Amino acid sequence: MTESTASPSAATGSTATSSANSSASSSAESRAASAPLLTAGRIAFLAFLALALVAPLFLYPVFLVKVLCFALFACAFNLLVGYVGLLSFGHAMFFGGASYFCGHMLKVWGWPPELAIPAAALAAGAMGLVVGALAIRRQGIYFAMVTLALAQMFYFFALQAPFTGGEDGIQAIPRTPILGVIETANDTTLYYVVLAIFTAGFLLIYRTIHSPFGQVLKAIRENEPRAISLGYAVDRYKLLAFTLSATLAGLAGATKALAFQLASLTDVAWQMSGEVVLMTLVGGMGTVFGPVVGAAVIVTMQNYLAGFGEWVLVTQGVIFVVVVLLFRRGIVGEAMAFAERRRRRREDADAAAAGEPEPAATH
Amino acid sequence: MMKRTLLAGLSAVALAAASGAAAQTEVTIGVLNDQSGLYSDLTGQGSVWAARKAIEDFDPAAHGLEVELVFADHQNKPDVGSSVARQWYDVDGVDMIVDVPTSSVALAVNELTRERNKVFLSSGAATSDLTGKACSPNTVHWTYDTWSLANGTGKAIVETGGESWFFITADYAFGHALERDTSAVVEANGGEVVGTVRHPFPGSDFSSFLLQAQASGAEIIGLANAGGDTVNTVKQAAEFGIVQSGQSLAALLMFLTDVHALGLDVAQGLIFTEAWYWDLNDANRAFAEEFAAANNGQHPTMVHAGVYSAVTHYLKAIAEVGSAEDGAAVVAAMKEMPTNDRLFGEGEIRQDGRKIHDMYLFEVKAPEESQGPWDYYTLRATIPAAEAFRPLAEGECPLVN
Repeated sequence: MTESTASPSAATGSTATSSANSSASSSAESRAASAPLLTAGRIAFLAFLALALVAPLFLYPVFLVKVLCFALFACAFNLLVGYVGLLSFGHAMFFGGASYFCGHMLKVWGWPPELAIPAAALAAGAMGLVVGALAIRRQGIYFAMVTLALAQMFYFFALQAPFTGGEDGIQAIPRTPILGVIETANDTTLYYVVLAIFTAGFLLIYRTIHSPFGQVLKAIRENEPRAISLGYAVDRYKLLAFTLSATLAGLAGATKALAFQLASLTDVAWQMSGEVVLMTLVGGMGTVFGPVVGAAVIVTMQNYLAGFGEWVLVTQGVIFVVVVLLFRRGIVGEAMAFAERRRRRREDADAAAAGEPEPAATH
Repeated sequence: MMKRTLLAGLSAVALAAASGAAAQTEVTIGVLNDQSGLYSDLTGQGSVWAARKAIEDFDPAAHGLEVELVFADHQNKPDVGSSVARQWYDVDGVDMIVDVPTSSVALAVNELTRERNKVFLSSGAATSDLTGKACSPNTVHWTYDTWSLANGTGKAIVETGGESWFFITADYAFGHALERDTSAVVEANGGEVVGTVRHPFPGSDFSSFLLQAQASGAEIIGLANAGGDTVNTVKQAAEFGIVQSGQSLAALLMFLTDVHALGLDVAQGLIFTEAWYWDLNDANRAFAEEFAAANNGQHPTMVHAGVYSAVTHYLKAIAEVGSAEDGAAVVAAMKEMPTNDRLFGEGEIRQDGRKIHDMYLFEVKAPEESQGPWDYYTLRATIPAAEAFRPLAEGECPLVN
């Protein structure tokens, strides 16, 4: 984990208010820390991958598929809210939209998944380009409202359009083999396919965040006027980030349509946009792994507490309140802050220990 | 699966020890419905109770069965419902899923059940596609469907003297389908549709639509919408005094719990079709009494009664087949045996999976006619079983040849 700023100001949805100093120091840190081959972040990722590879031996694969789909969705959302400081409240439009596109391509047009999933993700990206071009003209709450309004328009389009099946959604989407050989009908095989898609999406996000492009995004998040005064075409960066986020959200939605064999209104409803905010906040906004953890927590609750009926929603609400009140950095954010504090204290202690004898020697 | 094999192993050991005991067939039943949202009164824990009651009344031990019951909330979301169902079938060894209101969830469970060769008995879902285009050898649609409601309400009202109709329709596929089906029935029986108006879905202000309906002078105002939209239309119609001024409201999707929520002041005069009502006969009243005692005085809806009836018939079929493993075989046995239980009486299950019984046209009582709590309906007409459901040939079900 090389990224260490989860600014509390971003947690409240406001942008570009906290000091630019912290970002400067953190980027210096991250540059210094990414020099060795095995950074904490890479170790964490490899550990996650190793765990993910053996997970189907212990857990039900379809459940894991669901976690991965939502984790990718939350990561895509986090790219925008955590690193550019843009709180989109309409990401369900890309997630659900792509699942409708993918479902239609698989079921009606009979396309193979290796074509349908990327095509649906690109279609979501195109939607993102249009929506983003409109929405980035405004900031803060206005940005959120514009995205919400456009997402609601898309919801009603999905409700009325003939190809979406209205209330019933697109049902019985076939799980056809990928490239004619990889049998997605088998749950375990499907899990590894989804894991591959997730890893690709995750690495793309990781790469984006740690590229010069990502540094500019963070600069925009911390202080937009300063980024403009430095000569960056801020709007173009924002639009590109928005489009990328929409494409990856679409990738998650398209994968989910294949895995669950259905595309429905649930995925384009505004509650889904809210759910992804919840996942990102619980896990830790502006951290690489936070959304993955958040998605895992929320999906696990929905799945394993289903037998308790309405208590799922109550528990979800309580967790949200607790996180917002007590752990504003989210699970991963708090863990990282804890590790950071310990490191500081150790350094201070080391410095103190190293500093003591010196004056003693001079005396 | 693991747990099941272990259990089976254990019980085998136990059996060997207590040699001579009859072999037990294990059955796990899952009640999947809305426990927290719009339909939780209508289905919810009441359905869980009804399923448990059906198991108790059947006395599984005497038939060599060991029945377990689980339940879950699908939150009216198809993806939540289908992942619960998947996990039940693949991991928890559930053999049959019952209830499942919300058409989109029911259709998802229908597909999954066919794929896994289990059994799906739908009591809460409305869509008549379950026995039409989407029909499956593993599914029985038990209590009601949109076709039977549209047909019952349309036909029985025209026959009892409500010939001119005006529709207030929710502007989406489901509303359009309800309006289309009902108009067809009304016109086929000599009635006339004088006008329609579409309202956005979901809607909150229905006043302009109600005024148009009032101005049309139609005898019957048909509400081709559902849930909160229907409830709000009825409320606002009461504010305009539409029923008092001589027009009647016909709801196409309405349940006992909706009437209870609205209150008789508002709901009086409303006409609609249901498959079952607790105050129709002694057997129903006895069931309702037990139900109310266990559910804080709530009375059972037709969906609850349907769950009881469906589980009863399912267990009979399992006792006959001797195993719950092959879902299609169990459903085939269910179709072969005539149905007979204390709530729905005698009936049958058609080739396309449609359970056949009488339907009833009810009118909501005025407050002064009601004898006490939950005494809400007067029976206006009985639609005989033979006419109550969509004819087999018209459903486009691939199972029918």
